[in-house]
Amino acid sequence: MTALAVTGLTKSFGGLRVTNGVDLAIAPGERRLIIGPNGAGKTTLFNLITGEMAPDAGSIALFGQDITRTPCRRRAHLGMARTYQIITLFPRDTILRNVTLALLGLSGLRWNPLIDLDRQHELARHADEALARVGLRHIADRPLTETSYGERRRVEIAMAMAQSPKVLLLDEPFAGLSIDERRDVQQLLAAIPRDVTMVMIEHNMDVALDLADRITLLHFGEVIVEGTRAEVVADPRTREVYLGE
Amino acid sequence: MSAPGMTGVTVPRAAAVGIALVGLATVPLWVGNSYYVDVASQILLFAVFALALNVLVGYGGLVSLGHAGLFAVSGYTAGLMLQAGHGHAAADLAAVLVTLAASAVFAVLALRSTGIGFLMITLALGQILWGIAYRWADLTNGDNGVNISTRPAPFGISLADAPSFYYATLAVFFLALATMAAFVRSPFGASLRGTRDQARRMTALGYNVWLIRFLAFLFSGFWSGIAGLLYVYNKQFISPQVAALQSSAEVLLMVISGGTATLLGPIAGAAIVVIMKYVVSAYVVRWNLVLGVIFVAIISFMPEGLVPGSVRLWRRLRAPRPAGKPGAPP
Repeated sequence: MTALAVTGLTKSFGGLRVTNGVDLAIAPGERRLIIGPNGAGKTTLFNLITGEMAPDAGSIALFGQDITRTPCRRRAHLGMARTYQIITLFPRDTILRNVTLALLGLSGLRWNPLIDLDRQHELARHADEALARVGLRHIADRPLTETSYGERRRVEIAMAMAQSPKVLLLDEPFAGLSIDERRDVQQLLAAIPRDVTMVMIEHNMDVALDLADRITLLHFGEVIVEGTRAEVVADPRTREVYLGE
Repeated sequence: MSAPGMTGVTVPRAAAVGIALVGLATVPLWVGNSYYVDVASQILLFAVFALALNVLVGYGGLVSLGHAGLFAVSGYTAGLMLQAGHGHAAADLAAVLVTLAASAVFAVLALRSTGIGFLMITLALGQILWGIAYRWADLTNGDNGVNISTRPAPFGISLADAPSFYYATLAVFFLALATMAAFVRSPFGASLRGTRDQARRMTALGYNVWLIRFLAFLFSGFWSGIAGLLYVYNKQFISPQVAALQSSAEVLLMVISGGTATLLGPIAGAAIVVIMKYVVSAYVVRWNLVLGVIFVAIISFMPEGLVPGSVRLWRRLRAPRPAGKPGAPP
């Protein structure tokens, strides 16, 4: 069974086809890298997979279950989590509260208007673990406004991982990071256990290459090349797309 | 949002709360004149109304300009039921249920949008209710309004005189405040604030953003209705003016001037507006002008509102001068 199967996925904005008949079959536990130049339609593909946008045609299945018409919020409950290329966090809250909100999203407690959220020790413990995993536990109570960009990137990952997803979608997790920070995030992602299937978008091929089992090259909304790391790197079409030769 | 209340309960703070409680509990004793006791009741009931609106404006980021319509629906329903010869219990229950139904209709229509769209739809719906109050004279008695002859007597306690009505209002006010305080600290309160700050992320995290906002609207509508009930019993009269756009704008100004997304802000805002309206107006004919100047001053010097702004100034006054080291950039 495939963890994530995308078939003939198509999406147009006006006359522009940003996703054009994309097929993907990602095995459980696989690390898939989706690369492509700016405007290749990588983020749109993620938005379609997570349900933030509705496709014009095609289908999406999560572990064999068709989720093409499942609302975005339900997909989170089915085990799909994502991070954002443009950091999308809760700016008025602390790091801890950001992660707590991620945990609360899948908990029945989120509807409770009576209990004190700060006293939910089970939730706090899980949030603490999630922050320890990304090395932010020591600044858990820091307001997000006082954190660095690199720390916010890690909060993004902590929030997605806190939900114990089966499929994790990472949208340019290295964007804007320094070399040191990149190495930290690389180690972080490499440590994620294999029971999580990982799909990662990266604009810059070199950073994420080591993490990938298989690579899909997207260009103008279409899959150009797909294969193992070596196959895709060696393929002349990859050089053509990236170097314009 | 980290709550400073847990560790921040200092001696001055506890003293301030104690003084406020004693002050509120003894208003009829030191105010004396029953007109001013009634003004105090008005402050409290408008504080309940402003707290209700603050749920949407402050914590939900949804600015409503139609809440006077909900406030009036409650008052009118009770007034008309009483006029038709029903008892207080039936009239009050009907008022709450009709207000909740009206809130649900408001929410379903207005939550198709946020921001300016939400504001315009609530404004339009509020105007429709005002129109019904004003023009549908067969039902609402039009411009003449609705009179009620008696106040209720819960547990056999008469609320006919100003002090006893004040204490009843104070009890409801404390209940509303306690409910709000619990709501703000609760997971549901955190969910609502999340939809205000990052609705897209909330959806991706598994929250039903629409339903959270809808329930918050009902919560807000419920307390607006309770405030409307207090109003009609206090005045023993309700007229279309109560549902007018100006009333919606007034309660919104209470929330914004006092400080959105705070518990004390809407209360302070209600106090300012009601005191201007009923006390200053006795001495200054153009009291609206004074109110306007006060609002301009608040917005100029404390754009975040009176309560958070005062806290900020207080901290700055007490903090030692920074020795060349600037504060953390925002």
